[in-house]
Amino acid sequence: MPDAASIKARIEAGIPGSSADVDDWTGGGDHFHATVVAEAFAGLTRIQQHRMVYEIFGEEIGGPIHALSLKTQPSRSS
Amino acid sequence: MSDQNDNPIRQAIADAISENEVILFMKGSPEAPMCGFSARTVAALQALDTRFAAVDILPDPRIRQELSALSQWPTIPQLFVRGELVGGADIVTEMFESGELAGLLGADEQGDATEPAVADGSVLQIENRLA
Repeated sequence: MPDAASIKARIEAGIPGSSADVDDWTGGGDHFHATVVAEAFAGLTRIQQHRMVYEIFGEEIGGPIHALSLKTQPSRSS
Repeated sequence: MSDQNDNPIRQAIADAISENEVILFMKGSPEAPMCGFSARTVAALQALDTRFAAVDILPDPRIRQELSALSQWPTIPQLFVRGELVGGADIVTEMFESGELAGLLGADEQGDATEPAVADGSVLQIENRLA
């Protein structure tokens, strides 16, 4: 079962230079919320930014990971 | 894409997206959303008095499968405006709070005042909603 720490580690490994804060919303290991900050997001639309994160998990989204709610931003300050 | 001819559900989804200026694929109906994320997205659209078509993806698992294959977006809900994927609950909520969603939908109303077409709902059970 996925947990917040492993999701954080996978996001940070999947998007070099990124920093992720991940919460398990329900404590059940299937609804997560992640705030991801990455310079790689600069100049991309929100759709493109979220896709970069979703692509790390592929088929797991909607499967073992029922929901991964995202907030993405190119820098911490914004 | 040659396989579209053999794939009536994907074709029906593509048609629905192109025929409805604002269309939301969700779990449940606007009156009875079956998921908190769908409920949040409906609430944002209703707060802006948006007229939108809604498709419940729950009755047939193939709808979600084909929709995600088409949109390259893994989760539900999915909001499309003028044929473009806007996003799911997170993006729609963020855009609602920042005013961007009102701009996107408002520009639509000024652009042309055509009523959204009532799609052939035989496959997808599309409903047109006036919030």
